[in-house]
Amino acid sequence: MSATPLVDFDHLKVRFKGDRTVHAINGLTLSLGQGEMLGLLGESGSGKSVTLKTLLRLLPPKRTEIEGSIRVNGTDIMSLSGRKLSAFRGSQVSMIFQEPALALDPVYTIGDQIAETVMRHKGISKTAAMDVALDMLTRVRIPSPERRLKAYPHEMSGGMRQRAMIALALSCRPKLLLADEPTTALDATVQIQILLLLRELQKEFGMGVIFVTHDIGVAVEVSDRIAVMYAGNLVETGTTRDVIKNPRHPYTRGLLAANLHGAVKGARLDAIPGSPPALETPPTACSFAPRCAHVRPACLAGLPPVADLGNGHTAACVLAAEHASQELKSA
Amino acid sequence: MFAYLVRRLIYVLPVAIGVSIICFLLVHIAPGDPLTAIMPVDATQEEQAAMRAAYGLDKPLPVQYAIWVGKAVTGDLGKSIATGRPVADEVFAAVKNSLLLAFTASVIAFPIGLFLGFVAGYFRDTLIDRAVTAFAITGVSVPNYWLGIVLVIIFSVTLGWLPSMGAGPGGSGAWAWDFAHIKHLILPSVTLAVVPIGIVARTVRALVGDIFSMDFVQALQAKGMRPLDVLRHVIRNAAPTALSVMGLQLGYLLGGSILIETVFNWPGSGFLLSNAIFQRDLPLLQGTILVLALFFVTMNLIVDVAQAAIDPRIKRS
Ligand SMILES: Nc1ncnc2c1ncn2[C@@H]1O[C@H](COP(=O)(O)OP(=O)(O)OP(=O)(O)O)[C@@H](O)[C@H]1O
Ligand code: SF4
Ligand SMILES: [Mg+2]
Repeated sequence: MSATPLVDFDHLKVRFKGDRTVHAINGLTLSLGQGEMLGLLGESGSGKSVTLKTLLRLLPPKRTEIEGSIRVNGTDIMSLSGRKLSAFRGSQVSMIFQEPALALDPVYTIGDQIAETVMRHKGISKTAAMDVALDMLTRVRIPSPERRLKAYPHEMSGGMRQRAMIALALSCRPKLLLADEPTTALDATVQIQILLLLRELQKEFGMGVIFVTHDIGVAVEVSDRIAVMYAGNLVETGTTRDVIKNPRHPYTRGLLAANLHGAVKGARLDAIPGSPPALETPPTACSFAPRCAHVRPACLAGLPPVADLGNGHTAACVLAAEHASQELKSA
Repeated sequence: MFAYLVRRLIYVLPVAIGVSIICFLLVHIAPGDPLTAIMPVDATQEEQAAMRAAYGLDKPLPVQYAIWVGKAVTGDLGKSIATGRPVADEVFAAVKNSLLLAFTASVIAFPIGLFLGFVAGYFRDTLIDRAVTAFAITGVSVPNYWLGIVLVIIFSVTLGWLPSMGAGPGGSGAWAWDFAHIKHLILPSVTLAVVPIGIVARTVRALVGDIFSMDFVQALQAKGMRPLDVLRHVIRNAAPTALSVMGLQLGYLLGGSILIETVFNWPGSGFLLSNAIFQRDLPLLQGTILVLALFFVTMNLIVDVAQAAIDPRIKRS
């Protein structure tokens, strides 16, 4: 990895203050190469959405404390503010949301919403921006795109709205697309169409994608790499092949055993007994220990080491680290 | 849009008929004989009967109603029992004065209410928000006739800056656009503006607060919109509801405020109504209520149509 990574999270910590302190992200380190598609997996509350929102600096600044750094193409996101920040959003990195019905402004037409983004970042005229909008709607294969330019979000189906959202997000050719459960709110058949479309556009535009999903089957199908989150940290990451063939973290194994072998597509990540820890205090030991069948004293003594399993495959687990060093010795 | 307009207009018809029946019956259901107020105490049976016949009060109710409506449609609302002048003229003059007061109060209230509501919604849960909310609640809760009396004591009695009675010098009912008349307008319109300021501010505050916490606002930020662009989207989303609240408030104001007009002796429709009630002036009472009720219906219609025109979510076809 000599080239600058597209995204580089370095010991990211995010904490929400308020009535209840929430340590949502606890030292996340992760990088993504240019044009890679990363599937981000994890139970509800594991911090997937917070990770994406931090990348766009969308969290409420007053209630949020952020440590560590995020770099996109070498630019430190935390140093951006005001004009620079809004110029960065939507042009370098853009985002699509779980509920396109809520993420689109209900009283502006689709065409206007795409065009204003293009005008904002490319500084072109309204007519030229409308042409871009039309081109984008055609690329996401919305039926009769000319008509859809003048349509309001409520006049379209869920699948069409998500296509329009994708058209909007990609209208300024970002290098990185963040997709937060983009298909969860859609029908199963529409889900697959949207996924295929995303994959196709990702290849065509050569952009990186971080794709959040609950559905391990979906993650396996579309991503080059997989990252598994638990309690605000990464427990395992690697190429999709490595993680699926050779999962090293007990949590990942549990997920795969429960969801892949039975090949239950669309199953949620809830098949492991127990529930994730409260995030009121920062972790001082392995967060998964209370649910782990392999727990040992070392797991509770401190944060688990990150075992490097080669080829960018890592797992934050005492057990995995022991295995890795044994393999190293026997080799 | 045109079809929508026609449909809304057609809906108005039954409402108007219902309103007219209720106006008509209200007065007949109210206890007391309207004639006692104007007949001499020693009037004979025959004299009373003649008077009854003269005003058509001896006919059955449905017939009375039909006659009343038939004339009302042509603009004839009968003659006032107390003054003998045509009701339509009295109502027209009074409504004109009330309109003047209502529009002036709106011109004061709406910009202030919108501004306060917007600022409070934008800075929700801050000190500014709390100050605006407290002010709005006070404005809505303080009885406005009491406030009117306080203002009169301060600005008329103590300071002697502004007149407190009537719509012009010498208590004249005729309005003119000159300084002397405008001075008469200030205290009643400011008093009248306080409640709508509070209501508009509170509604807009809640509205803007809700809109700012909606997902699409975050999505706008995510696509690089600057704060002013975001504000434009929020305003556009808030406009239909804000407009309808203002329309309804304008409707209330146009109805004339009996209390305010009485406190300031303002010769408007509310003042007229209270006179009609106290003098048991039946035709005047009916006519005034009818005109005010139809005003309200029309106002609602205008607000609905305007809302449909600017809010794409409302189905027009
Ligand atoms: N704005 C916020 N203020 C306070 N706490 C927050 C905020 N946003 C998220 N959290 C908390 O941070 C933790 C992580 O939330 P996040 O939304 O990232 O989970 P997620 O992995 O996306 O879950 P899901 O799969 O349900 O979307 C949760 O405990 C959540 O309650
Ligand atoms: S570190 Fe220990 S407790 Fe945590 S997952 Fe690995 S084996 Fe289980
Ligand atoms: Mg989420």
